[in-house]
Amino acid sequence: MDVRLLQRQWVDHISALFREGFLDAQFTRLQKLQDASTPDFVVEVVTLYFEDADRLLNNLWNTLSQPVVDFKKVDAQVHRLKGSSVSIGAQRVKNACVCFIICCEEGDLEACFGCLHRLKLEFTQWKSKLEALFRIEQQIVAAGGSLPMI
Amino acid sequence: MAVVTEAQFHVLAVDDSLIDRKLIERLLITSSFQVTTVESGSKALEFLGLHEDNQKTPSASLQHEIEVNLVITDYCMPEMTGYDLLKKIKKSSAFKDIPVVIMSSENVPSRINRCMEEGAEEFLLKPVKLSDVNRLRPRMLEGRSNEKQRLPRNIDDNDVGASCSSVAAKDSIISINGGRNSANISGSKRKAGKEEEEVGLLHERIRPRFSNNNGGGGFTVL
Repeated sequence: MDVRLLQRQWVDHISALFREGFLDAQFTRLQKLQDASTPDFVVEVVTLYFEDADRLLNNLWNTLSQPVVDFKKVDAQVHRLKGSSVSIGAQRVKNACVCFIICCEEGDLEACFGCLHRLKLEFTQWKSKLEALFRIEQQIVAAGGSLPMI
Repeated sequence: MAVVTEAQFHVLAVDDSLIDRKLIERLLITSSFQVTTVESGSKALEFLGLHEDNQKTPSASLQHEIEVNLVITDYCMPEMTGYDLLKKIKKSSAFKDIPVVIMSSENVPSRINRCMEEGAEEFLLKPVKLSDVNRLRPRMLEGRSNEKQRLPRNIDDNDVGASCSSVAAKDSIISINGGRNSANISGSKRKAGKEEEEVGLLHERIRPRFSNNNGGGGFTVL
């Protein structure tokens, strides 16, 4: 495929991610930290985030499923996921964490399960959109092009 | 042509989150600092050569002949918080003059005040930005000039004969990264540093200084 077409696809895709609130300014800062000496920096940290979030979401499920729920532990785990989401610029996931934290403070187990469900949806959606973005990036590089500056 | 290079500043970054360690490392290297990252307060103390009970031990930093110019640590960490680490460093006669900066994703005024009262240099709100990191340079310049003026330290009596557990630098936990070649940077760095030093010394810290998230310094990464 034509490199320019791929680059346009990339710009459209990432612009939509910002417009729809999936990404915030922090993601732009990550992109600016990437340079010739660290060409895979963004992919590396986002991949770490995928793994971290997957693990935390599983842990949250386990913690909420205990006979006696330790809400402090739930709170700590959600805070951890919120922290990572803030660092990556995953805005909607971060917002879902904020809601979850409020439910934890109220000790409302049913609401917490609801929050966890929503958090999983937000994260799954975010992950698939970033994976799509990275696929376009790979195609651009394979075609001999470079990522546009935005 | 001989190029006189200033020794780079070395920062010890402490965070239990791998993502945040990667980020802070990248920010610091981009700002031409050398970085060592560790995952906990106890690993930080090990690296410095300070046991948890403030006894000195053979340190990875001494083994690698590294002088730590600044410690930057996350607040919320399991077992030993950044606040606990700050207190231990400030209570230590050998390391109390190392500037310590706290990072946190939560804007809690009582937390900030507590840290500043305990001697933290700065309290940075996450996500930490390049402009935040660049503000740290004057702190390290001050620390270095203080050290040159200081008389040789006396080793505490406690240090003599203290049991020395061997401390191996564990590659999976500690990563030591060289910064960029400072040959061309040192000239401009010295100039920028001098200006910042003058500004920094003019500002008395009347109240805690901490970053907010109102945009950044507009720093351009080349």
